[in-house]
Amino acid sequence: MKRTGVERLGSATLGHVEYIGGLATQLWNDLHSLGRTLPLLGNRNRWRSAVKQMLAVGVDAVPMVGIMAVCTGFILAMQGASELRRFGAMQFVIDLVTIGFTRELGPLLTAIAVSGRSGSAFSAEIGSMVVTEEIDALRTMAIDPVEFLLAPKYLAALVVLPCLTIISNACGILAGGLFMRISVNMAFSMYFQYAMQSMVMRDVVTGLIKSLAFATIIVHVGCLEGFRVRGGPDAVGRSATAAVVKSTFLVILADVVFTAFFYMTGGH
Amino acid sequence: MPGSVGAAAESAISVQDVVVSYDGRLVLDGINLEIARGETMVLLGGSGSGKSTLLRQIIGLERPQSGRVLVSGVDLAKSKPRDLKKLRRSIGVAFQDAALFNSMSVEDNIALPLRELTCLAESTIRLMAWMKLAVVGLADFGKLSPQSLSGGMRKRAAVARALALDPEILVFDEPSAGLDPIVAAELDELILALKRAFNMTVVVVTHELASAFRIADRMAMLYKGSLIAVGTKEEIRNSSQPRIRQFLDRVPDQIVDTAAVDKYFERYLEGSSM
Repeated sequence: MKRTGVERLGSATLGHVEYIGGLATQLWNDLHSLGRTLPLLGNRNRWRSAVKQMLAVGVDAVPMVGIMAVCTGFILAMQGASELRRFGAMQFVIDLVTIGFTRELGPLLTAIAVSGRSGSAFSAEIGSMVVTEEIDALRTMAIDPVEFLLAPKYLAALVVLPCLTIISNACGILAGGLFMRISVNMAFSMYFQYAMQSMVMRDVVTGLIKSLAFATIIVHVGCLEGFRVRGGPDAVGRSATAAVVKSTFLVILADVVFTAFFYMTGGH
Repeated sequence: MPGSVGAAAESAISVQDVVVSYDGRLVLDGINLEIARGETMVLLGGSGSGKSTLLRQIIGLERPQSGRVLVSGVDLAKSKPRDLKKLRRSIGVAFQDAALFNSMSVEDNIALPLRELTCLAESTIRLMAWMKLAVVGLADFGKLSPQSLSGGMRKRAAVARALALDPEILVFDEPSAGLDPIVAAELDELILALKRAFNMTVVVVTHELASAFRIADRMAMLYKGSLIAVGTKEEIRNSSQPRIRQFLDRVPDQIVDTAAVDKYFERYLEGSSM
């Protein structure tokens, strides 16, 4: 039987609501077991697996995040300079790069890099465990899959994403300095002096808060996609794709909300 | 009698009026089954008969829409998380494709439940893991990764992991699926030996008749979500019920229309010769 437009709209809406509900439930369960992941207080094995995740999600991503930030910093400086040069306002390139990275580009670029690298890896790992009944095996052994698999990843991402964001900020600002050195022969020391002046603590902190929200989204979307795998190996591939697409989409959505919030509470 | 408290307390597993449906399709239709302590129960049935679904109910992976499953007299669906945890420790499950964690060595796979659920020292855990591996004849293979084991060895490793916490109930999902007859027979002997040694309740889901008749004390036959027979292996073997006979005598459901196939080939050959 062919469904009417209204029916399809309704079921699609219900599907999205159900997905958000699934995410919220998973986050709630995860927050409950996060305590057991902490060092000293919690389970030693969880902390060990969290450290392993920090290496995989964080340390291994440093080159990629760094290069992405340097390139974007350079792009931003060049695009800005081509306009600002006409007004003789080249020094504003420094503000553009510094503020642009600390507020926005640092956290966003990092989140996109991590979602591509690790969000898909999370869903593929968990999805293949669903297919081979390893998740069922965990449950029959009275081990909570959320605590065993998800909580260490979440803790790792919460630690690592702000760190990567700081690295990204630094690399972006460094690229701005490089550009100023090449184009108008500005000394690095002077560039950094200007950059420090235009850097505001509030911008850095709001950027880091955003990165925590992005970490939550990437880990939970990735793992939820994994846990929801049904069927064979082809479903694992599809879930990895869905994890990247959905988490990138939700990261940008969350970015708008956070930026709007910080803009309104900014006190202009 | 099913449902009565006395019977439930005596049985290791008591399945009472369990109904399960997926998307409106009835998969289990009011199943009643008592599995006594220390017996080997084989759940027989063809593909799609609901035997795997019944198994998932028994090990508490899914909850029934109605009815209840009691393990050692405790309702799985109504028990608190802590009780459920305790109950799950008393059930060891060997999954169809072994379900070993590929990111860990075989030894760590067996040590995992011990590390997670007991406070034993690491040296004790290693010794216990080694002992369980020795029971299934894999003492020298602990350091290998699961991928480097053969299918039969992986299944035996899965049995060792199921035994890790000394369960009262041991559950096998299709133990002989995908194994050659010799390895499958070895696994049957292992199940019998374990039962003799530890006096466990054993539940086996299978469609392999030879294996079923070798290991079973009693059998339950599922057909399209209903239990059509429960009895000792002699009772099942001598049953005259058509569905059981069909299963035991390996009679296909729909005879393939050979005339139509021949006609198709004829036309195909004519077409290709032109």
